[in-house]
Amino acid sequence: MKLRAVRFGFSALALAALAFVLPATAADKIDPVADAKAFKKFFYDKFPKLKPEDFVNGPYSMDEGLHRQWVEKEQFPPYEFSVEAGKEMFTKPFKNGKTYEDCFPNKGIGIRQNYPYFDEKEGKVITLELALNRCREANGEAAYSYVKDEMAALTAYMAYTSRGKPFDIKIPDDPRALAAYEQGKEYFYSRRGQLNFSCATCHVQTPGERIRTEVLAPALGIMNAMPIYRSEWSGMGTTSRRFVTCNSQVRGVPFNPQDDEYRNVEYYLSYVANGLPISGPGARP
Amino acid sequence: MKAKLVLLAALLTAGSAFAASEADYKAAYAAAEAANKEAGQLRNQWTTTASTLAAAKKAADAGDFDKATEAAKEAEALAKASIFQATSEKTLWRDLEIR
Amino acid sequence: MASTIRVRATNNGDITEVQALIQHPMDSGFVKDSKGEIIPPHFIQQLTFEYDGKPVFSADWGGGVSKDPYVKFAFKGGKKGDELKVSWVDNKGATDSTTAKIG
Repeated sequence: MKLRAVRFGFSALALAALAFVLPATAADKIDPVADAKAFKKFFYDKFPKLKPEDFVNGPYSMDEGLHRQWVEKEQFPPYEFSVEAGKEMFTKPFKNGKTYEDCFPNKGIGIRQNYPYFDEKEGKVITLELALNRCREANGEAAYSYVKDEMAALTAYMAYTSRGKPFDIKIPDDPRALAAYEQGKEYFYSRRGQLNFSCATCHVQTPGERIRTEVLAPALGIMNAMPIYRSEWSGMGTTSRRFVTCNSQVRGVPFNPQDDEYRNVEYYLSYVANGLPISGPGARP
Repeated sequence: MKAKLVLLAALLTAGSAFAASEADYKAAYAAAEAANKEAGQLRNQWTTTASTLAAAKKAADAGDFDKATEAAKEAEALAKASIFQATSEKTLWRDLEIR
Repeated sequence: MASTIRVRATNNGDITEVQALIQHPMDSGFVKDSKGEIIPPHFIQQLTFEYDGKPVFSADWGGGVSKDPYVKFAFKGGKKGDELKVSWVDNKGATDSTTAKIG
């Protein structure tokens, strides 16, 4: 019947398309170094008055009025309470007597800029949020929600201890790591949701311009400020929360926090910002 | 004659060529669900597909099969569009890529 | 328990500039929780800054003020080393206050 044939055609096309996750031709080698260089150059050329480190402050570097308000607010930042809560949580022992300090190098101080990293044993990208929950589970504690206050406070504290340190994301010479990086890049540029936006639609094509009343941040340096205290949320929110809500805002059904797509896009965006300083936790409108 | 006029009036006010039956609704809903499931396998479902499916079911539960079938058909169209988006974006994404 | 009020006051000759960050849920009473039930109103109704026994800034707030409110203002007068007292009362009758030295 005609309808069934059309549907089968769609499925076949879909399956065929799925096979081409990696570049179609051998000539399209995955080259993160070249990508990062081009990415930075694009934004430096687009905003010649900004210094590289300005990009990590997102909309505040895009609009002078916002910038003044932000500088004032930074004297008494709204994220203070969350950072303090995170610090307290970080050093409070689990039921078995250990703390988060035992799970991380340098007791978790000043290491945020190394996340995400590619775990060669597991063959996957590990983000900071994921590492924190694994620490909990390894020590007999239940995992935290990736989109609620506790995870936000923990990552806010860790980001705070890394302020000023340049992103130092590594992609090992492993085809799986390169594939994860490339998948993150593909996710970033792919349109999704009924509104047909990709991440790039807002953060590459129109940074500094407005979406409704909000000023859009440039994609360069966007991970450096995470997690963020958003006035809209009246609180600190995680990277996971932002990825999920961005999806639903363009009318795309979000994935589960820390699904591969989200880990990989975090990997890609962090890598291309290598060298730019951590500014987290950030405050945003 | 009066019966014919009444029948004609009923057909005209139905708003479509045929008044939808429960069977019509069920078929349309199943098609929409199947398409949305396929979109799910492509990891590209739309929130509006889900809400339109829910609206279809709600109308059917209230006995309004015209509305339910219309919504189910719209849901199928949305699901198919999301499939198209997922498959075409597999190559089109490179057009947006910074090189 | 630590104070909910963080305050910083700086004197520049004639004028003293004050900033304060207050930890408070400021629930308006119009928002529903995930179960669909109204989160009861819980917000600061009165906020007062006093210098030399007299109020230099007072606010009558309602549910329209956001969580963890930030206040900034300046007043004529004040001397370095003197004290500024800050206190609030909320709709449940709870209070908190603190004093800070003008820097």
